[in-house]
Amino acid sequence: MTNQAVPKLSVRDLWKVYGPNPKRLVSGDFRNMTLAEQLDHVRSQEHFVAAADVSFDVYEGQIFVIMGLSGSGKSTVLRAISRLDEPTCGQVFLDDTDLLAAASRELIEIRRHKMGMVFQSFGLLPHLDVVQNVAFPLKAQRRPRSERRAHARKMIELVGLKGKETAYPHELSGGQQQRVGIARSLAVEPELWFLDEPFSALDPLIRAQMQDEFLRLQTQLNKTIVFVTHDFLEALKLADKICIMKDGEIVQIGSPAEIVLHPADDYVREFIGDVPLANVLRAEDVMSPPWKDGETHPSVARDSILEDAIKLFDEKTETVDVTDNDGSVLGSLHPLEVIRSLYHDAPEANS
Amino acid sequence: MTAFGRSFVVSCVRAWPWLVVLALTALLLMQRAAYPHIIAYPDAWTLPIAEAVNVVMDGIVAGAQGVTRAISGGLNVVFSGVQFFLTGAPWVVSVCLFALIAWQGGGWRLAALTVALLFYVLISGYWIPAMNTLSLVLVALPLSVLIGFGIGYLGYRSERARRIIMPMLDLMQTIPAFAYLIPILLLFGFGPVVGLIASVVFAVPPMVRNTILGFQRIPPAVLESARMSGCSRPQQFVWAEFPSAMPQMLIGVNQTTMAALSMVIIAAIIGGFEDIGWEVLSAMRKAQFGHSLLAGIVIVILAILLDRVSSAYAARQLPGASHVGLSLRRFALVLGAALGVAAVAALLLPALWVWPETRVFFPAQVINQATTDFLLAYGDVMAALKNSVQFYVLLPVKLGFERAIVPFTWGITFTPGMKTTYWIVTLICAAAAFGLNRWKTGVAILVMAGFFYFGATGLPWASVFLLITLVAFQVGGRRLALLAAGTVIYLLINGLWPQAMLSVYLCFVAVLMCIFFGGLIGIWAASSDTVSGIIRPINDMLQTLPQFVLLIPALMLFQVGDFTALLAIIAYAIVPMIRYTEHGLRSVPGTLIDAGLSCGCSSWQLFWQVRLPQSLPQILIGINQTVLYGLGMLVIAALVGTTGLGQAIYVALGEANAGAGLVAGLGMALIAMTADRILQAVIRKQN
Repeated sequence: MTNQAVPKLSVRDLWKVYGPNPKRLVSGDFRNMTLAEQLDHVRSQEHFVAAADVSFDVYEGQIFVIMGLSGSGKSTVLRAISRLDEPTCGQVFLDDTDLLAAASRELIEIRRHKMGMVFQSFGLLPHLDVVQNVAFPLKAQRRPRSERRAHARKMIELVGLKGKETAYPHELSGGQQQRVGIARSLAVEPELWFLDEPFSALDPLIRAQMQDEFLRLQTQLNKTIVFVTHDFLEALKLADKICIMKDGEIVQIGSPAEIVLHPADDYVREFIGDVPLANVLRAEDVMSPPWKDGETHPSVARDSILEDAIKLFDEKTETVDVTDNDGSVLGSLHPLEVIRSLYHDAPEANS
Repeated sequence: MTAFGRSFVVSCVRAWPWLVVLALTALLLMQRAAYPHIIAYPDAWTLPIAEAVNVVMDGIVAGAQGVTRAISGGLNVVFSGVQFFLTGAPWVVSVCLFALIAWQGGGWRLAALTVALLFYVLISGYWIPAMNTLSLVLVALPLSVLIGFGIGYLGYRSERARRIIMPMLDLMQTIPAFAYLIPILLLFGFGPVVGLIASVVFAVPPMVRNTILGFQRIPPAVLESARMSGCSRPQQFVWAEFPSAMPQMLIGVNQTTMAALSMVIIAAIIGGFEDIGWEVLSAMRKAQFGHSLLAGIVIVILAILLDRVSSAYAARQLPGASHVGLSLRRFALVLGAALGVAAVAALLLPALWVWPETRVFFPAQVINQATTDFLLAYGDVMAALKNSVQFYVLLPVKLGFERAIVPFTWGITFTPGMKTTYWIVTLICAAAAFGLNRWKTGVAILVMAGFFYFGATGLPWASVFLLITLVAFQVGGRRLALLAAGTVIYLLINGLWPQAMLSVYLCFVAVLMCIFFGGLIGIWAASSDTVSGIIRPINDMLQTLPQFVLLIPALMLFQVGDFTALLAIIAYAIVPMIRYTEHGLRSVPGTLIDAGLSCGCSSWQLFWQVRLPQSLPQILIGINQTVLYGLGMLVIAALVGTTGLGQAIYVALGEANAGAGLVAGLGMALIAMTADRILQAVIRKQN
């Protein structure tokens, strides 16, 4: 189960500013300004703000999806957390370690043992075969050859590439290459798993397949995940928590249902326009308190999507109960609320 | 006022700087009889730059000689070792060695080719000179590769270093190699080592370029994935960066090998040493064409072998290579065993040690006889060909119609009446162009008419200065105009003007012919896969061969002179024209062709209105390359008796006059750079 008390990864006041002298801009009384003042201060001096005052927490076992269009700063944040690019200021805690304060030696050790990353363009080494690519992070750790090969084979099997061990990257399809990338990122059994638009370069069908694979892997592995995407539907499908970014700033953080039912502003609302809500919203998201009229109602599990729940309504049935795993009734669905929620007309206080 | 008249006036206004310059030119030309210095730049206005360079050079030589002589001594030891092995070892051992190296890189077919070609070298009797040349290449190659890698890696890591390195590379590749042979000669003394050092210097640029390219082209995600895998900086370099850049760097090794061979051959000019370049050169000087052809074939063989083997090793690194070869350790074992067996065999059988004289087949006399017979039989045809090109193309460009049209050449006299008609027709054409609102065409007509009338050597230097600067300004702005003006001034104050114009004239004709014939061949090759398949290996061949070799057949058939040089230049410089034309035409998008066809274009219209305009940018790049290749080959062609800057460098080389050689060499480089930048600017405007 996820440990909700203490975040695994905690990002605090992270800034990434590009320009001639970003460090100077964020020093002094920058801390004491309001966000609007800070942005004015930085932008007025011919600097570009790629990420502004980004803060969020990711709990163990959570899939945290950062979603935004290109130029929104979503990749910047991920690259700053992993320190592929140095952030201008801020803090990133992995448990109790401040990653941004880690010296390069220490950072290498953290990367070797605690982080795995998957790239949009795969980043496979062209001169190594599949086993060697997957074993590469273990080679950096200087683990013995036989051990790392054995472990790499296990990872390759995990991602469903058994039989392709001796193939070279150029002999694989895009989907297969990304499976190798995933296997490699998991080879060190990281606590933190970063995925930077991992499926964006793939065909739609392969993408859907890989998303399902990813969810299957996560139920097995229970990693703490930061996943970057520009695809809102992908975010809804995969995320426990979604963070929507625009122009370097966070617009809204929430569960998929929270985002869909309570969009923070028009920008977020635009994304929701095309979403088939009946597939996204779950029974528990729109239920009202249990309707106790003494009769028995058909019931659905709390995490059923509305599309399935709607099928239970008919001429005689105006109430559907929502049940927990143990069968106890958590709440009830009524046609009017369901219809309202499907038309972006949020029911009043259902929490 | 009529539309024609209005356009005419507008054109005149637009073209005013040109009209002013042309009017000035006309004025100068009318006064040239009274003032000869209008055409010939006065000696009194030159500066003794070459002499100054010599003084500086003497200083450098005196100061650095201790170091440089030590370097050349050290290199001499290394070279002598390699040479001792390659020339002293039994041929069967050497053949085994090369065949196995070829096999490791490219499999059985390459090994078989290697053995077959090496047997030709043995049979030809040029084994020892070939091995001497090979020793030079094999010593120069690793040095060039290491230096090139070092500089290239520096250029990759540091933006500032790259900003110094890239223009240096451009300069090194445009200054004729001969020119920097001289300072090397002065610094490092005589002997094979000079050729060696010159080769190292000459062969470094391609390695630098490909190293920078190889590292720059590594996808960022590859490096980032290495970082995220927890690689330390050295691990990143060894395991990710270097291997990812390797395929491109091996392409660099291939180009470096060919450059080193080319330079080793050319360096024969300064070194009397028993290598294959010297064999060709001395045979050519003695007019022993049979000898030079046979030795030339050995050079061709060396070039093919080095090219195929080094590109096989490059191809082996690419994804999907069919042949991988043995692991290094097993290869070393196999190599050791095979060489051991071969050595024992050679000890037992002397004929396997030194190729027996009786088995040498050297048909030089037969070839000489055949050439003579051929010339006797077809001499008039060859002479007619040579004369017509000379009389109708070369002379008019060099001397102008004014001096080229005489009864001896054209069979007619250029009467005052004809002259007047010429100018009237020219003026009418130009005026018509102006009136049709095409002032650029009009100006071009006037300039070309003047150029052909007075010839490259009969133009007032002041006019050439103004015209070139004006062209440069109009296509590329102020900076380009400064480069063009600087080039002309440089040539003038160094007293190199006449030679420069002679070089420009020969190159101009060669380039025109390349554009015409190369364009036609390119169009043909684009329309037929068969033709393309035949042309491609020929082009590859012409480009990989040391340029020097191209002189041999031209010289055999047409003796010393401008026409021979012209043929050699065309043979070398036509390649990019053919390639780019074909490539440009072939890469016109299919949708455009379909669109043209659906609009009802005939194949003729399709060509002129869709395919040609679409491929024009590529063709222009081809022309640019052709110009640069032509200027490069010009210097080598000086060996067969052209006049001009190439000859000036060659003469300086003979006198070990570093100043004169460098000044003339830089002159060539400036001309090449000006031509290149102007054409580049035109290409940019087209896009």
